[in-house]
Amino acid sequence: MGLDINTKKAKKNAYRISKVRGESAARIRVPGGCLKAEILGMVQNIAETYGNGIVHLTTRQGFEIEGIQLKDMDEINEMLQPIIELLDINQTAPGTGYPASGTRNISACIGNNVCPFANYNTAEFAKRIEKAVFPNDLHFKIALTGCSNDCAKARLHDFGIIGMTMPQYHPERCVSCQACVKGCKSLSVNALHMENYKIIRDEEKCVGCGVCITKCPTRAWTRSPKKYYKLTIMGRTGKRNPRLGEDFLIWTDEDTIVKIILNTYRYVKEYIDPGAPGGKEHIGYIIDRTGFAEYKKWALEGVELLPETKVRECVYWSGIHFD
Amino acid sequence: MGYLISRKTADELFARLSKSHDIFAPKLFPGEGCFSDTDIVRYGQVHTLDEIEFDRRSDYSSKETLLAVNETLFYFTEDATTVPSCTDRRLLIFLRSCDLHALRRLDAVYLENGPEDFYYRRLREKADFALMGCRETCDTGFCVSMGTNRTENYDLYLKPEGDAVYVDCRAERLLSYFREIDAEDCQMVPDHVTENREKVTLPKNLSVQSYDNPLWESYGNRCIGCGRCNFVCPTCTCFTMQDILYRDNEHVGERRRVHASCQVDGYTDLAGGGSFRKKQSERLRFKVMHKVCDFEKRFGYPMCVGCGRCDAVCPEYISYANLLNQLAKEEEA
Repeated sequence: MGLDINTKKAKKNAYRISKVRGESAARIRVPGGCLKAEILGMVQNIAETYGNGIVHLTTRQGFEIEGIQLKDMDEINEMLQPIIELLDINQTAPGTGYPASGTRNISACIGNNVCPFANYNTAEFAKRIEKAVFPNDLHFKIALTGCSNDCAKARLHDFGIIGMTMPQYHPERCVSCQACVKGCKSLSVNALHMENYKIIRDEEKCVGCGVCITKCPTRAWTRSPKKYYKLTIMGRTGKRNPRLGEDFLIWTDEDTIVKIILNTYRYVKEYIDPGAPGGKEHIGYIIDRTGFAEYKKWALEGVELLPETKVRECVYWSGIHFD
Repeated sequence: MGYLISRKTADELFARLSKSHDIFAPKLFPGEGCFSDTDIVRYGQVHTLDEIEFDRRSDYSSKETLLAVNETLFYFTEDATTVPSCTDRRLLIFLRSCDLHALRRLDAVYLENGPEDFYYRRLREKADFALMGCRETCDTGFCVSMGTNRTENYDLYLKPEGDAVYVDCRAERLLSYFREIDAEDCQMVPDHVTENREKVTLPKNLSVQSYDNPLWESYGNRCIGCGRCNFVCPTCTCFTMQDILYRDNEHVGERRRVHASCQVDGYTDLAGGGSFRKKQSERLRFKVMHKVCDFEKRFGYPMCVGCGRCDAVCPEYISYANLLNQLAKEEEA
């Protein structure tokens, strides 16, 4: 009997159609790249029961269990259930595996659980976005990174979320050691200088990376109670015009970012090329078509920006053109 | 005299004290630590008992209450200087045994080492000290090794426990605050630790011959010269002078003294461009020898009180306690 598989359905169910006929790879998304270690044992179990014992660590912080058979999808979905529950993935029906795969795993750097430079808990915010957008098959790529170092390569994503802190200066604790000035110059953007033994921060230049705060030996620099973010938009890789995302909002907050992402889903539904192969079109190409002004109108619908948020009136992207 | 009072009575006592005293104590500053979502405990003014952080050793010491990080010594115009006035209120400073022992070192440096320091003196004599007990040892402290784990040299002792507060008042001048207060008399010995996890044996024979010890170099190579160990130290008393000329009128300004660190660039810079200790290893040697050798030669006891803050704060995990133990061990051999 011939193998009779609805490949469109299989792909949305997070199974890859591989180059070997009948063989697939089961894709496991891990939002924020943060998981309980017991999941590793479950992945191993599936790989050794139904796969060829090999697991690929994906570039987007998931697993692909290699060498499984397309005919075993139902059994594997059952085995995926405890993983899906532990990862708190929005599911439509239990035991049916991942319900969508078009929107890619929300990936994140390790964040402030571990990293001294990170300005927030990246995995927690990734999970919040996961809960807000999934299941969804539109082609969105979102990544979160703890600070302007951007180890998560957030700028290559449709939405790049970069952690910021608004440095708070307490001159009465400053001893003029200039650790912050030297740190900002060598590790960041050289936004600090000393005048009359006290530090002046160039607010236009400052990227909110927090280096001054980690370098300060006296707590003369501290973090703002509020966590801030830079939202970069429409970075992409790909064949036609790969490019880095450009700043859209600077000094924004979590609520605003979630709203803008959800607004963007509505915008894409309205403007996506109806003939796009597999219903997939990079958002950036849609914006290239409608113009940024139209996108911005949709993106900021119902959004109340913080008074301190800087909004780019117009965004231009460069990148490499092959088209 | 010891008292057992209710929390409510303690709040009343606090209110009474607040009428005459500015009260300074270790406070939790949420989110103000070095890294994201970390806290810091340092000194600040408090108005209630609840604001005091009793559970954690403060990251920065109580010295900041008597020696501000930045202190204006005088303002100057073209032909006159003005000394800023001192508070007319008394101070009540909550601190642990190690910091109270450190106070003796501050007194030695600022009052008994040549002419008295006017600014330190005028604030110091307004201060009353309230001891905070240590129920258990902190991680890095070695107060027992340094003999600073207990003290009777306090004015007040306060120990909140559930709904009750134990108070001991040793200062005659504070007894009036306890008049007609709802209290049971009781006897008490302030909580203090008798054993630390960290134990330190001081080297006894450090001298100029110790300059060549390769240990300085091996630790100095790891040191980044940030000065945290000095800024958190309850006995580091060095300051530097800064003359500030106001930008709008450079004939007017102020002179400040500001905490300084022997580990940070610039500390030994001289007019004309000279500098004594350029290498971190030399600076580290200077600090260690000053804490446990040079100071003792002058005053008869070591400067270090073993609070362990320098070990806890060092971003390069340099353990001053371990360095001392290594130096002591070498002497044995």
